[in-house]
Amino acid sequence: MSVQADVPVARARARPLRRLEPAALAGVMSRDVVIFGRYWKATTFSSIVQPTIYLLAFGLGFGTLVSHIGHLKYVEYVATGVVATAVLFSSAFPGMFNTFVRWQFQRTYDAMLAAPVDVEELITAEILWISLRAGVYGLAPLLVGIAFGLDPDPGMLLVAFIGFLTGFGFASFGVLIAAVAKTIDNFNYVTSAVLTPLFLVAGTFFPVSALPAGVRTVAQFNPLYHCVQLVRDASLGWLQLADLGHAAVLLAFAVLMWRLAIWQLSKRLID
Amino acid sequence: MAQQLDPGTHERAQPPAISLRNVVKRFGSIVAVDGLNLAVPAGVCFGLLGPNGAGKSTTMRMLTAQALADSGEIEVLGYELPRESKRARMEMGVVPQLDNLDVELTCRQILTVFARLYRVPGGERADAVRRALELANLALRADTIVRELSGGMRRRLLVARGLIHRPRLVLLDEPTVGLDPQVRQELWTLIDGLRSEGVTVLMSTHYIEEAERLADVVAVMSQGKIVAEGAPAELVRAYAGEQVLEIYGPPEQLAAASDTAARHGWQSRRSGPALAIMRAETLDGDAPQGVRRPANLEDAFVALTGEEIE
Repeated sequence: MSVQADVPVARARARPLRRLEPAALAGVMSRDVVIFGRYWKATTFSSIVQPTIYLLAFGLGFGTLVSHIGHLKYVEYVATGVVATAVLFSSAFPGMFNTFVRWQFQRTYDAMLAAPVDVEELITAEILWISLRAGVYGLAPLLVGIAFGLDPDPGMLLVAFIGFLTGFGFASFGVLIAAVAKTIDNFNYVTSAVLTPLFLVAGTFFPVSALPAGVRTVAQFNPLYHCVQLVRDASLGWLQLADLGHAAVLLAFAVLMWRLAIWQLSKRLID
Repeated sequence: MAQQLDPGTHERAQPPAISLRNVVKRFGSIVAVDGLNLAVPAGVCFGLLGPNGAGKSTTMRMLTAQALADSGEIEVLGYELPRESKRARMEMGVVPQLDNLDVELTCRQILTVFARLYRVPGGERADAVRRALELANLALRADTIVRELSGGMRRRLLVARGLIHRPRLVLLDEPTVGLDPQVRQELWTLIDGLRSEGVTVLMSTHYIEEAERLADVVAVMSQGKIVAEGAPAELVRAYAGEQVLEIYGPPEQLAAASDTAARHGWQSRRSGPALAIMRAETLDGDAPQGVRRPANLEDAFVALTGEEIE
């Protein structure tokens, strides 16, 4: 028995372990995939219905007053803007709620950390999964927009990557909030005081240029503003050099939030 | 010289599966583990027995690096913790005290996810899951959602999850707490089976009977330290003697008997409705009237920790 048991040890020692093991990430994400298998219908339904309602409400409401914003048709403006809100909500909320529920209520994370998975791998896998989903579902508003008269453009495929990158940042932000929140009710503060202004002051439904100078400056620090700019330029075929700047902001936001989330949750998951 | 070749000698020369040296773990001003020294030999079922709050669960969490020691050295399966803990975790299975099963998933789904986490190769995963389901007697419930399982089934699934990768070391934290006697018996059979396969088992428990029935070696833990260690029968002999005299009667009579015992320097304790006097075999003619019974691990445990078991 002891001889048999020693064989895998010798084999395992031969290969040094990486900090982020692909097998560990895949294992954690396989659980997310199974869960998604149960809920994909509801998720898909809401991701299609929500932009439809936005487009109908703003289109029928504002659309009668506003036909263009700048040189954009209002449907172009709103459909691309709603991509950002879709990405924000489909990443920040799962980041907050899933993390808190799995960590505090279901103790799933405790179970996984007893297996050969480190906190960094666990959190990274969860964030990766959320941002992959956010990237894919970020395309839904464009599909709805096309039904409302938006012209299809090959650049729209880039939107999935923009959604992924933005989603990575906001999913990490959500995990960070879950790590520092005392109770699940604390999320209300973040939703109303942080997420709501973020999604309004981003050029989603009305241009930032219409806002006072101070607020305009603040908008520059809103990652969602950069997401909206990138999405618009990509899906309307206007990509330019300035978009590299927007992408750089999103990347910096994603990396910063990711590290902060790991740092804060590690402190709480490991005694 | 010839003795060197004796397989028994070789067995003893094997490094311990778990070793802790001077391990200290504090939570704020509370010292949960206070200079713990422990060596769990490979291939035995080792019982960590102690009252609630003795530091058993904290010790268990340190072995998976889910709690980090403030000082001291920990080695598991030859890996140094916390640096090589991921390696150690690959080769050990953990059954936690608190049910942390994914209630939304089916038995098969949970076991498949953990087969991946434990790096069971793709081609072997389905077989590993099937084997674990059979081990836990859950083959007929493979596709039932955990929420719909009974408490006993959930506990068996929890055990199966920790065994999915055929670990050579298993940590069981209070494996049968809160279970009815029949389910407890089933789990005991399962744990006993593990030991007979040569798997090292470290089990924390505050059920005396559990330790007595299953453990080859028991370490009694109290206030973050090991206060005694040995085979259950040795501990009983060393700390409670061979016989216990139990005296039943109204409270005044018991109080009087207790005074008598104290006067003679006999070791005694209240045990439910009775007064129990240890080492009854050594009592002379002054011994009060009562019922003699063989000493058991509970007597030794109370003598060691000063705490009663519920």
